[in-house]
Amino acid sequence: MTGYIFRRILQAIPVFLGTTFLIYFMVFAMPGDPIVALFGDKTPNPAVVAQLRAQYHLDQPFIVQYLIYLGGIFRGDFGLSFSGEPVTAILARTFPVTARLAILALLFETFFGILVGLVSGLRKGKLFDASSLAVSLILISLPIFVIAFVGQYVFGVWLGWARTTVSSGAPLQDLILPALVLASVSFAQIVRLTRASVIETSGLDFVRTAYSKGLSSRRVIPVHILRNSLIPVVTYLATDFGVLLVGATITEGIFNVPGVGNTLYQAIIRGEGPTVVSFVTVMVLIYLVVNILVDLFYGLLDPRIRYVK
Amino acid sequence: MSSNPTGGPTAGTPVGGRSSTHYVAPLDETPLVSVDAVKVAEKRSNLWIDAWQDVRRRPMFWISAALILVVALVALFPGLFTQTPPNNNCILGNSNGGPADGHPLGFTKQGCDIYSRIVHGTSTSLSVGFIVIVLTSTLGILFGAFAGFYGGWVDAVLSRLGDIFFSIPYILAAVVIMSVLSQYRSVWSISLAIGIFAWPSTARVLRSEILRVKNADFVMASTALGLSRFKILLKHVLPNSIAPVIVITTISLAGAIVAEASLSFLGVGLGSNIMSWGNDINQAQNDLRTAPQTLILPSIALSVTVFAFISLGEVVRDALDPKARALR
Repeated sequence: MTGYIFRRILQAIPVFLGTTFLIYFMVFAMPGDPIVALFGDKTPNPAVVAQLRAQYHLDQPFIVQYLIYLGGIFRGDFGLSFSGEPVTAILARTFPVTARLAILALLFETFFGILVGLVSGLRKGKLFDASSLAVSLILISLPIFVIAFVGQYVFGVWLGWARTTVSSGAPLQDLILPALVLASVSFAQIVRLTRASVIETSGLDFVRTAYSKGLSSRRVIPVHILRNSLIPVVTYLATDFGVLLVGATITEGIFNVPGVGNTLYQAIIRGEGPTVVSFVTVMVLIYLVVNILVDLFYGLLDPRIRYVK
Repeated sequence: MSSNPTGGPTAGTPVGGRSSTHYVAPLDETPLVSVDAVKVAEKRSNLWIDAWQDVRRRPMFWISAALILVVALVALFPGLFTQTPPNNNCILGNSNGGPADGHPLGFTKQGCDIYSRIVHGTSTSLSVGFIVIVLTSTLGILFGAFAGFYGGWVDAVLSRLGDIFFSIPYILAAVVIMSVLSQYRSVWSISLAIGIFAWPSTARVLRSEILRVKNADFVMASTALGLSRFKILLKHVLPNSIAPVIVITTISLAGAIVAEASLSFLGVGLGSNIMSWGNDINQAQNDLRTAPQTLILPSIALSVTVFAFISLGEVVRDALDPKARALR
């Protein structure tokens, strides 16, 4: 296992360097002079320009700039936001909210997804199965902001069951609606995965053996079928957690959840380029780290993964 | 050798100073019988004919194909469906108004005809979708085919490169690119921003399929016949591993349409001078309480288009993959 962990982390290093380089390159090697742009239409004083250039290391060659930036990341320095607050301070404030939302969404999609998928798989071809497949297809086809607005309108405006936007401090009951919206797409995927896996497992010999030695379906379904069908679902859930942590930008923006995604959303809307870049970098890093953890976890679950060279 | 009835070892004639031993098993030859005859008159079949036979029986295929046909017609000839210009003749007095004579779906906040805006927005969505899949399938096939077929260091380099692009969620990447390209917002730039980060999934699918196919007997046969490696890849391996690429391409077309709408919705997508469902949804979001139809109607157009491509992709996958067929 130690060898596997070591190998997996070693593999992540070029990917980490590559992603940060790519983001840095995209923004800083594009046409246009950021310092001149700072002055708008005015003609800047050359001495001031030179000083600013030196301050932001813009007088150095591109690769040196990148290395300075990379060094900052390793020291935990992700730069300043547009309002002058360190990005790390904003993260410390917003990340717990996003994590709470992601965990809530994960709980919803796990519970309902596995339940519906299991029933669907056991009743393959029946009415319940057909309708759950149809619903999952529709959910997959709906863009997340459409689901968010429909949810906001139906539950917030029409029925009045939930607040349309989250109040300050993000109490748990306000997060239920955004979490349900966030969970909807993955719910559809989990239903399909569980269903496929349950159908496959139900046809295996050990299930027939369990039934023929007289066990009731009340025991066979949870213990023999469900447990052995869950490995692909668990993998999906683990990967999805990473996506939920970084991918909630639109949902958080629409429901005004004070999380990481919403900060990015506001920065995008206001056109604050540097903030957008530092947040995207942080999100990509979170995504990378979560993916490594998922792979390690998966290696723990399935020994075959560990030993593949 | 047939003179040795026991089939035991026989001493071979020494060749070049070395002698070798042959073991020959006794052979019972049965004459050819009628069951061995090849039925030449039987109907030809291959993966694609089988898939077509399967697909044509499924109502979902015809529904999604019909939807795609309609959407394509609207995109190519918007003039056939509406005479009302989408941008001109907007009367602010009609702001967020309901259906009126000649304006079946009512008006936007600016007093423009919603139906006409939806009709004229179709070509934007479809163009972005098609440009993106041309990009992703070109890059994906190049990277996936070379990585899977040649293996070794080629695979290592190409796959790590793909990992880098794969590790950045493509919506986030597109947000960065579009913020940088804020001066050049067009159908082309947004397609580039989406496509440049969306290709690794195609490459991964093709690579794993090629890894499976390249050990097949017909590949070894072609090698034995003296075909060059590149020709084998082009003529035998690629055609036999392209099926999953077609499926993922159909589904990623839908993904690209959603990505364009999401970026326009976030305000970093297309400029407001370009007709786009995402832009209209973005404009309408503040009036959700008072005029939900201005938001819901373009959303329906968007969702139906995405639904058509996703369900087509799934029907085709079921037809091409026997394992998926068994789950129905």
